[in-house]
Amino acid sequence: MNKAEFLDALRKALSGLPIDEVEQRVEFYSEMIDDRMEDGLNEEEAVLDVGSVAEIADQITADIPLGRLVKERIRPKKKLSGWNITLIILGFPVWLPLLAAVFAVAAAVYTVIWSVDISLWAVFTSFAGSFLGIAVISAMYFVQGNITIALATSGAALVCAGLAILSFFGCKAATKGTILLTKKLALGIKRPFVRKVDNNE
Amino acid sequence: MDIQLKRGLLDVCVLAAIKDEPSYGYKIIKDLKPYIVLSESTLYTILKRLENGGMLTVTTAEHGGRLRKYYNITDTGIRRIEDFKAEWSEIMSIYRFVVKEDKDE
Repeated sequence: MNKAEFLDALRKALSGLPIDEVEQRVEFYSEMIDDRMEDGLNEEEAVLDVGSVAEIADQITADIPLGRLVKERIRPKKKLSGWNITLIILGFPVWLPLLAAVFAVAAAVYTVIWSVDISLWAVFTSFAGSFLGIAVISAMYFVQGNITIALATSGAALVCAGLAILSFFGCKAATKGTILLTKKLALGIKRPFVRKVDNNE
Repeated sequence: MDIQLKRGLLDVCVLAAIKDEPSYGYKIIKDLKPYIVLSESTLYTILKRLENGGMLTVTTAEHGGRLRKYYNITDTGIRRIEDFKAEWSEIMSIYRFVVKEDKDE
């Protein structure tokens, strides 16, 4: 891939962003390639060294907050004609519930994923809580001199402590996984905003 | 590494790279390479953030028949580096405390 092809591909990959932002990025990468060539690389090597367009687009996507992407996309590129405005207003009973439904489903899916994590942590908390409670009861039996029951309850407390420790690691892993999933989801949601959908492809 | 901590470190690294004389994108990446590997898009984001924060200014100059952007540090940028040095002694004392804890275990 030569420099011109690379910059064209990058421009296309970022086509959903505002035009001056795209040009600034393209200019930046163009300079980077020129400087590498000045450093002794040939054009192909310099382009390879900068990285793949897909990777670069993904990194840029991850850096820009979703709110800004949506705002850029919603702002109409051309002035709306009277007809368009009439259609939008007349179509309101159709598109509003649809839009609301899309958001509701997305929010529900996300909540469900997190509620799994929350319930796992609840299990951990209950084990840890039982350990503390039973330990207190066991201490009370010790003080009263009721050694048999005291030993039995402290055994139960130890079992709870063990379960709490084990479940803690499980909970931690699950939460980490969810955070990773959230990042991937965010990238997936943001991608279409950065790259315009091309019907010819 | 913690994202907030890393972001602060990267900002100061880039400022340090342009502290003595104005520099350009590829040179900043090359100068920092022995210490920290920056991708182009990361550098772009950092430079934008520093520019918006008034810590550097951008000038365009001709070089070898094309235009190249040079990044110049401002007084605010220099102060950021000084603040970082002051903060760092605090971080180092926390580090020594953490390392000591490890040894005691």
